[in-house]
Amino acid sequence: MKFLFDRDTWQELYDSISKNKVRSILTMVGVWWGILLLIGLLGSARGIENSFNRLFGDFATNSVFIWSQSTSKPFKGFQEGRRVRLTLTDVRKIEENVEGIEFVVPRNQNRSLVVRNLLSGTFNIAGDYPLLDKVQKKKLIHGRFINQNDIDENKKTVVISEDIYKQLFEKDEDAINEYIRINNINFKVIGIFENSNVNMGPSSDIHIPFTTFQQIYNQGEKIGWMVITGKPDSDINQIEADVKLLLKNVHKIHPQDKRAFGSFNLGEAFGKLTGFLTGMQFLTWFVGIATLIAGVFAIGNILLITVKERTKEIGVRRAIGATPFEIKRQIVVEAVFLTLVAGLLGIISGGWILIAMDKFLGQGDDAVFVNASVSISVVLIALVILIILGTLIGLIPAYKATSVKPIEALREE
Amino acid sequence: MLKISNLHKSYPIGGSSLHVLKGINLDIEDGEMVAIMGSSGSGKSTLLNIIGMLDEADSGDYILDGLPIKNLTEKKAAVYRNKFLGFIFQSFNLINYKNALENVALPLYYQGLKRKERQEKAMFFLEKVGLTDWAHHLPKELSGGQNQRVAIARALAANPKLLLADEPTGALDTGTSFEIMEFIQKLNDEGKTILIVTHEEDIANMCKRIVHLQDGVIMEDTFVNQVRTAQNV
Repeated sequence: MKFLFDRDTWQELYDSISKNKVRSILTMVGVWWGILLLIGLLGSARGIENSFNRLFGDFATNSVFIWSQSTSKPFKGFQEGRRVRLTLTDVRKIEENVEGIEFVVPRNQNRSLVVRNLLSGTFNIAGDYPLLDKVQKKKLIHGRFINQNDIDENKKTVVISEDIYKQLFEKDEDAINEYIRINNINFKVIGIFENSNVNMGPSSDIHIPFTTFQQIYNQGEKIGWMVITGKPDSDINQIEADVKLLLKNVHKIHPQDKRAFGSFNLGEAFGKLTGFLTGMQFLTWFVGIATLIAGVFAIGNILLITVKERTKEIGVRRAIGATPFEIKRQIVVEAVFLTLVAGLLGIISGGWILIAMDKFLGQGDDAVFVNASVSISVVLIALVILIILGTLIGLIPAYKATSVKPIEALREE
Repeated sequence: MLKISNLHKSYPIGGSSLHVLKGINLDIEDGEMVAIMGSSGSGKSTLLNIIGMLDEADSGDYILDGLPIKNLTEKKAAVYRNKFLGFIFQSFNLINYKNALENVALPLYYQGLKRKERQEKAMFFLEKVGLTDWAHHLPKELSGGQNQRVAIARALAANPKLLLADEPTGALDTGTSFEIMEFIQKLNDEGKTILIVTHEEDIANMCKRIVHLQDGVIMEDTFVNQVRTAQNV
């Protein structure tokens, strides 16, 4: 290892590189580009992943939405086209009979005129249980979400989104404990939440207690749809199938009837998305490393030509006492040095690209890239790969250089 | 110093082989200055290459300073070359991107000497060939004679037992040739053993012994009265 700290090693290196300046630089561009691509792509992939995670972070992704439609097959004396309605009894039955379920959240929704002083609008009103907050996390800016007390006492309380607040209230006005009129009934505002980036199911900006909803809209046992969340280790597709079978049984619907219940499997959709992200990351590594290998081969190629050109010089060196090992070592050091410098420049400029990406594309709520970055371990792995590739590729010209006998090398003109 | 007996060497050419050296016997003592003469194809360069350990004989013995030179690995050969031999080539073979001083210091680098020591030694030998003022010039900035003197300094730098010169004046005009030969004679006077391959009669006559080679055998081996270059100039 001593020779690495020897001034002469570097003098030799400097001489041979500065002798072929343009060529060395052009060669390094290959590796530089490879690393740049690897860092840039990995950073972008991470950025997209982060932005997805931010979008879906508020949702329990292992969940499925189920709602009722009308039957498409006659069964047990019923004709097809019969309208099916889900009820709270169904919810209880699902909770009791289907395995692997964490929550079943029944929901209801209606459109109503909402009035406050002189401002008014028609919005979706959702009747919800406190449980909703567990599957679709609401980011509350002020106040709280509906609680069990609201449910138990059929309280006329309402939680509204920031958008609704802006439409019904003056700027900077304190809305908590103020009243808004829904369906001509006064509701007390108890919470304001931040609008989510993603809406799963019908958008709902106004939430009132489920029991209150039942009362004011005369819903009785009927529910609009339900959100079913599976335990982390349970298969959401199996749960979906089990739930549908149970519901068909309860509502006397043909087991093969595909129309009676509609559903949206968030777990499946999310699985596809994460699969896509994994695929993208794999592609990134593949493209990056392939480019890197191409770049390193270019370096090997150039060194091969350089060695060919220096055949005579190498012959002279050997005639005056250079051992084959000393010659090889010098060439391998040259290869590693070129790859390493090009790689480091690539990592630095890749970092700049990520910084620029973060500055111009990574700001704000709907940013495509969130915190686009690569971890230090990735950088270290890339460097190790570079050193290994550089050494391996340097061995080819190194062996080429010493495969020629010194006598033949000297004869070369 | 050097003992060669029954040396054979042949090169494969296509399907057949060309017998270049057909049993060479040669003894050279310390302090001799020997010219090897012969027309091209006589095998004189091959003989020099074998003596210089750049090539290996097919059969026969070669003993250098009591050391049998046989079946050397590349590494061993490199070490021996560095320790025992100094090469002077027809086309100088200096490294063109290194200045005179660095060229002279190169064998010392492969000997593993420290930088400072190398520089001092190299400077000493450059002074010996009278090129102190040109130490930091590149070969392309020097004349042919100067380049050959740098090459001689390089050959001397490792303090070899034997100097091997392959047509050292081949690329030089007469005046410069004599200058170089005068210098080589001076080195011989100081006790260096020198072997010169040449096809020029007058250069050969400046040595103390002439070995005539023809078709791979030694035709004539005579001691001559050395012509001192000073008389020619």
